[in-house]
Amino acid sequence: MTHIAATASSPTQPAEAFPTTLAKGFVNRLVIIIPYLWLLFFFLVPFIIVFKISLSQTAISMPPYTPVLDFKDGVSGFFAGFRALNFDNYTWLTQDALYFNAYVTSLIIAAISTVLTLIVGYPIAYGMARAPATVRPTLLMLVILPFWTSFLIRVYAWIGILKPEGLLNQVLLATGLISQPLVILNTYTAIFIGIVYSYLPFMVLPLYSSLEKMDYSLVEAAEDLGCPPIGAFWKITFPLSLPGVVAGCLLVFIPAVGEFVIPDLLGGSQTLMIGKTLWNEFFSNRDWPVSSAVAVILLLVLTIPIMFFQQAQAKAQEQGR
Amino acid sequence: MTSTWSRFNITSIVLGFAFLYLPIVLLIVFSFNESKLVTVWGGFSTKWYVSLFHNQGLMDATWVTARVGVISATAATVLGTLAAITLTRYTRFKGRVLFSGMVFAPLVMPEVITGLSLLLLFVAVGLDRGFFTVTLAHITFTMCFVAVVVQSRLVSFDRSLEEAAMDLGAPPVKTFFQITLPVILPAIISGWMLAFTLSLDDLVIASFTSGPGATTLPMKIYSQVRLGVTPEINAACTILIAVVAVGVIIASIANKRREIQRQLDEQAAQRG
Repeated sequence: MTHIAATASSPTQPAEAFPTTLAKGFVNRLVIIIPYLWLLFFFLVPFIIVFKISLSQTAISMPPYTPVLDFKDGVSGFFAGFRALNFDNYTWLTQDALYFNAYVTSLIIAAISTVLTLIVGYPIAYGMARAPATVRPTLLMLVILPFWTSFLIRVYAWIGILKPEGLLNQVLLATGLISQPLVILNTYTAIFIGIVYSYLPFMVLPLYSSLEKMDYSLVEAAEDLGCPPIGAFWKITFPLSLPGVVAGCLLVFIPAVGEFVIPDLLGGSQTLMIGKTLWNEFFSNRDWPVSSAVAVILLLVLTIPIMFFQQAQAKAQEQGR
Repeated sequence: MTSTWSRFNITSIVLGFAFLYLPIVLLIVFSFNESKLVTVWGGFSTKWYVSLFHNQGLMDATWVTARVGVISATAATVLGTLAAITLTRYTRFKGRVLFSGMVFAPLVMPEVITGLSLLLLFVAVGLDRGFFTVTLAHITFTMCFVAVVVQSRLVSFDRSLEEAAMDLGAPPVKTFFQITLPVILPAIISGWMLAFTLSLDDLVIASFTSGPGATTLPMKIYSQVRLGVTPEINAACTILIAVVAVGVIIASIANKRREIQRQLDEQAAQRG
């Protein structure tokens, strides 16, 4: 974020040319104001409401919570509401070990899956970047294509593969590699497979774009000077691809922490993740204040990675100029 | 740069793509299975596709999803393009940091948070949940993806074309529609398609913000998947995949043609 602020104040910014030539004018201001107001109202304001409701009490009514901080009873009512605010829902979250475990498990699962996705994605991105230039656009399209097919469908496809009587077990039994069907569905292993599979394009694309820009004569120079290929990889290729690694990891890690579909369909009832907890709290228990509190804490946990992500995006945007 | 197409590189690509595509291929294959079991092959049949078209609930959901998708993608494309222009062209205005934050954060925001917060907003302002609220929710989260796609085209845009037009006396709005828009059009089209498919796919945000009478296709599929895997769902998924694949292929061919045409035009212009 500081990056944007810094360039914004530089007077020699070429991007200024367009706005200054048509700086005056209503149209100009409209271009900024319309998306700005939309995002303020539909993205920022909702978070404030979530926070507000996380401080209210569950009630049997529609909507199922006691009103807090509104002006229905005038200003005095508003201040009375202030006194009625309470952090009971947050105390509740700390008292029940279920929530704490769900947060920690989600962070661990997301971290492990991110590393696994990096390990699976790096060779693919590297192979694509080193492919003949004529083949690269096709390979790129092939990586993007699964991203266009439904997330739900791709997760669903794995149920048929991982089931005890599923295709993977059939193949392994037929080849004699195992004698007992493996239990994969409804375990954490299935969640790892699901996350790696679903998020792979998010990892490969940023990796590819930083590997493709790399100057491979550096690697050749190192090898000419006697550096073994593996050494050259760790000393040159990997450090130079670091922006892609960071972007890819954040694109996988942040949404994976709050993932719902994958733990729900592949993880079964025995696995614990916070996205599923929030969903159940909301849809099964109909406890809106507690699910709001769960969301507020989740957002706080993710604030730092999200800020890193925005900084990386802003930097990429500056470099694109 | 010289590229070495080594055996290691080829192996990793082949394995990688096998991993990406095999589950989808298997899903499609088993949608043509005669047997009711999804994992045992019982001969070729298209009966699941026939029964699909007699499933009224599924057909209604498809119709809802298509309408939500078209409306939200169109609105998101307009808003997202405006946001992209703001991000690339206006480097100093009050609240720019907040603005770029609001554009980038939804890209990684867990869907459960976005869904819950939008629902609570709709309840707070007294909007009845249904078709309208799902559409609003989809516009909000897809416009940020459109903004990123269009923005990446705008940053590589040759600004001198606009300057030339304005030097020749074209007013800014006319310059935008005659010069800028045609150049960034491929990005806008792919932005629209991305928004449409994201809307088509979304389960979590739709589940939170939808109400009675506005069940979308993913919600329908999800509720059936929870009851068990059936070839009928495989068939529904296959149709969905086919629709998206055909759309993507048509769009990329059209894009390529436009690109070639543009290059020819530029060459012709340079020859004068």
